[in-house]
Amino acid sequence: MNKLNVVVVGNGMVGHHYVETLANSNVDAKITVIGGETRPAYDRVHLSEVFDGKEPSDLAMTSREHYIELGVDAHFGDFVETIDRVAKKVITQGGQEFSYDKLVLATGSYPFIPPVAGHDQAHCLAYRTIDDLAEIKASAKGKKIGVVVGGGLLGLECANAVKNLGLEAHVVEFAPGLMGVQLDDGGSAMLRRKIEALGVKVHTSKATQLISKGSGHRLKMEFADDTELETDMIVFSAGIRPYDQLARDADLKVGERGGIEIDYQCKTSDENIFAIGECAVLGKFIYGLVAPGYRMAEAAVSQLTEEKKSFTGADMSTKLKLLGVDVGSIGDSKGIAENSRAFVFSDERDDVYKRLNVSADGKKVLGATLVGDCDDYDTILQYYLNDIDLPDNPENLILPAVEGGLPSLGVDALPMTASICSCHNVSKGDIVEAIEGGCKTVADVKGCTSAATGCGGCAALLKNVVDFELSARGIEVNTDLCEHFKHTRKELFTIVQSTQIKTFGELIDKHGDGRGCDICKPTVASIMASLWNEHVLEADLLPLQDTNDTFMANMQKDGTYSVVPRVPAGEILPNQLIALGEVANQYGLYSKITGGQRVDLFGAKMSDLPAIWSTLIDAGFETGHAYAKSLRTVKSCVGSTWCRYGVQDSVGQAIDIENRYKGLRSPHKFKMGVSGCTRECAEAQSKDVGIIATENGWNLYVCGNGGMKPRHADLFATDLDTATLIKYIDRFLMFYVRTADRLQRTSTWFESLEGGLPYLQDVIISDSLGIAAELEAQMTHVVETYQCEWKTAINDQEKLKRFKQFVNSEEQDSNVVFVEERGQVRPANQVEKKRLALKAVS
Amino acid sequence: MTTAICSVDALAKNSGVCALLTINGQQQQVAIYYLPDTEQKVFALGNWDPLGQANVMSRGILGNVGDELVVASPLYKQHFSLISGKCLEDDVSVPVFSIAIEGQNVVLVS
Ligand code: SRM
Ligand SMILES: Cc1cc2nc3c(=O)[nH]c(=O)nc-3n(C[C@H](O)[C@H](O)[C@H](O)COP(=O)(O)OP(=O)(O)OC[C@H]3O[C@@H](n4cnc5c(N)ncnc54)[C@H](O)[C@@H]3O)c2cc1C
Ligand code: SF4
Ligand code: FES
Repeated sequence: MNKLNVVVVGNGMVGHHYVETLANSNVDAKITVIGGETRPAYDRVHLSEVFDGKEPSDLAMTSREHYIELGVDAHFGDFVETIDRVAKKVITQGGQEFSYDKLVLATGSYPFIPPVAGHDQAHCLAYRTIDDLAEIKASAKGKKIGVVVGGGLLGLECANAVKNLGLEAHVVEFAPGLMGVQLDDGGSAMLRRKIEALGVKVHTSKATQLISKGSGHRLKMEFADDTELETDMIVFSAGIRPYDQLARDADLKVGERGGIEIDYQCKTSDENIFAIGECAVLGKFIYGLVAPGYRMAEAAVSQLTEEKKSFTGADMSTKLKLLGVDVGSIGDSKGIAENSRAFVFSDERDDVYKRLNVSADGKKVLGATLVGDCDDYDTILQYYLNDIDLPDNPENLILPAVEGGLPSLGVDALPMTASICSCHNVSKGDIVEAIEGGCKTVADVKGCTSAATGCGGCAALLKNVVDFELSARGIEVNTDLCEHFKHTRKELFTIVQSTQIKTFGELIDKHGDGRGCDICKPTVASIMASLWNEHVLEADLLPLQDTNDTFMANMQKDGTYSVVPRVPAGEILPNQLIALGEVANQYGLYSKITGGQRVDLFGAKMSDLPAIWSTLIDAGFETGHAYAKSLRTVKSCVGSTWCRYGVQDSVGQAIDIENRYKGLRSPHKFKMGVSGCTRECAEAQSKDVGIIATENGWNLYVCGNGGMKPRHADLFATDLDTATLIKYIDRFLMFYVRTADRLQRTSTWFESLEGGLPYLQDVIISDSLGIAAELEAQMTHVVETYQCEWKTAINDQEKLKRFKQFVNSEEQDSNVVFVEERGQVRPANQVEKKRLALKAVS
Repeated sequence: MTTAICSVDALAKNSGVCALLTINGQQQQVAIYYLPDTEQKVFALGNWDPLGQANVMSRGILGNVGDELVVASPLYKQHFSLISGKCLEDDVSVPVFSIAIEGQNVVLVS
């Protein structure tokens, strides 16, 4: 049989999902896809992240290569212009022709630009594609003011982008309120207050009549009420219109207000043509979100198989953060239905607004509006979606938590059909199935079901379901540190901090069991070091340390040690280089330049360590903590001092920073980097803390990693002056030190933080937990009590006691044998050792 | 019979040191652990880590796993019983030596 010829027009998010689903189905189809944009499908939902430092390539959902692998014939940068329904073929602007058995229209929509006179001049832009972003960026460069026309969801997101580009952002809205589609008047007013407090200027009830040349700025907007506004750029985000011209020209049925009409099978009025995503209209309704688009794609694919799914509509509830403000809307959010009764809670001090609409008998949720606090969103949504009966006092769902109150909906109350992740259509039943199939952690379940890998909005709920289901199966989610302490590291930290306990003995007596072990002892030593910062070899602390900390050097495979002096930012005096060489020669050490811009000397005998360090300290070196869970290096580039592109002194900054944090012990090691400009020669974005110079100061990145699981750091704050930069890093590091698990790098810690980046920003920048001053004070203590551990140790015989190879002999370990390679020593292998031993005898 | 090894002062409380001894005509590296709050107070195991293949056992962290007093190898962290020398994770063991405190001295008992 011939393959079924399927042609897909449009390669947006939904068109792509269709192609993937079909290619992975058992339908024997030849798939052709024609995308109008020059690049393969990308994640439009996260478009604005390109303004926060993401590259357009980070948004890619597929690639040309991937399509080739799938056997899909893909064409980009060409628009389908005509559908010939009789000959069953499509013709593109570029003159290509493709025959089809089945045609799928996934043409999406385009931004509506109000037909205001003057809207078509330069610097009047739209916001929908990656190309639009580039134009917005170019237009904003070096300018002062940007206006977004449209105060809906996308408009506000765009205003945030404009603000992040450093412009004074204005929002001009025709209606009397913001987000009129989703929010009632109260919610809309609260949102406005919050957004204005962030410095965005909001103009409502403004009808633009003319866009003309400005005098102080590029453009002037003239409004119907005779007011004016000058601006350098206008971005239109006043709604979207389905791309349906193609269907109109082909005489397919379209909706009254646009959109290609479809039935429950996603078929258009021609039974060989489907329409899916934002270009389709089902019963007067256009579903402008990705999740329903994906469901349509799946339903359309299923029509080509045995199993015929239908698409009968979708829930349009949304939760998002706009300009850092939490906004949620569920179901009938404004309470329009006749039998709707509302509970409203408004807190003008903390700027929180919540409205819960219930049925007249108070039994069911009809909808809700949340502004400023979305903590209750998941619970209310589940009541709504699953039609669960409300408790007696439904108002408690939105009232602030009081002790003993808050009837939070246990995840056990959710039916198996409850949708947990709408992006990937994962129900509670799917999660239970995954757990029964062997998944033991949230990460396993994510990998197995894809839940929480789309917009991420369901992450907290997913974790609750997984934790509940695991414990219901007796799979204890044990977070105890070890058998000796029934606490997490974070809890132990709080205990040590609040009780001021200074010894392990006292801590385990009062809060633990037994004698301790190689897990809890180093953990407690690290906590005490972060808090009290005493020397690691104090008599009480010494037995707690890992061997690396005990000998202030890294143990190698043969029991010798390595020596790594600190070289802040990689800047080193020629004489210090010479001293390093001399020490290496004198003690027969293998020397290597490390990946951290310094020198590592390997093969030091334990008993030589004190003498080696004495010499190094005389040459002006300090310990480099290469052995400790603490700051390793601050990598720097050469920066503005020498480099023709540098905009700030990255070396100077890196040295100051390395010197500030060099003594801080932490749950795991951490690394930093400072680059002098965006070329990023110091690779700061792969560090736990990364700093990149800008013309106006420093951009701060956090929680990157280069090791086992590389992670790009997140842009945390921009254009900081040095004092603010240090303040944020102080708080950030101490917050990490307090709350992370043992041996958890900042990247994995970040992944496990509920609330993600916005939460972290709230804690560090806005001090939402009220602990900033305490974190700073703690850091000040660590900075002020810094000592070079080696310098203290070489002057204290008691601390050097253990550095003898044998307590009763001056001999050395006979098993440590070196051979030469490339002019330096290395440990001999077993064969070489045997050979050398034979030689010695003969 | 007892042979003096070193003074109690040379030991590290709740931690280990290493001594070079001749036992049955053979040179042996012996890890000596000092737990002053136990009845036996001193414990001795061979210093050779059979899994990590290096003389490092004296540099491990002491503790307990259940009822067993153990030292964790500093290289790859397997636990060895201070009483039996058996490794709790793998089918290997290290030799156990009998030592004691006599006055100010640590002695090998044979
Ligand atoms: C010497 C060096 C390799 C070199 O020859 O260049 C090195 C050597 C070791 N690394 Fe590394 N790492 C070295 C740079 C790095 C880098 C690159 C960098 O820092 O720019 C990375 C990736 C960046 C990162 O950490 O994000 C790196 C990722 C690791 C990891 C994986 C950490 C992770 O969370 O993914 C480990 C394992 C661990 O820490 O648990 C590790 C562990 C180790 C240990 C400590 C393994 C051990 O326990 O014996 C090695 C011992 C060094 C020694 O004995 O002195 N090393 N290691 C580098 C020392 C840099 C310095 O001056 O301090
Ligand atoms: C900034 C922004 C933020 C958003 N945030 C969210 C969110 O948080 N959550 C959410 O669920 N949704 C969000 N959306 C909406 C979501 O992006 C859309 O619902 C989704 O992209 C629709 O997918 P689609 O494939 O139907 O259309 P599109 O993604 O628009 O793709 C259609 C593609 O078809 C091409 N095309 C059109 N006509 C032709 C032709 N004749 N020939 C060839 N190609 C053609 C177009 O160029 C386009 O590339 C957001 C949208 C934007 C712009
Ligand atoms: S990051 Fe910029 S300033 Fe630093 S060396 Fe590279 S190009 Fe020069
Ligand atoms: S709802 Fe978007 S990832 Fe789950």
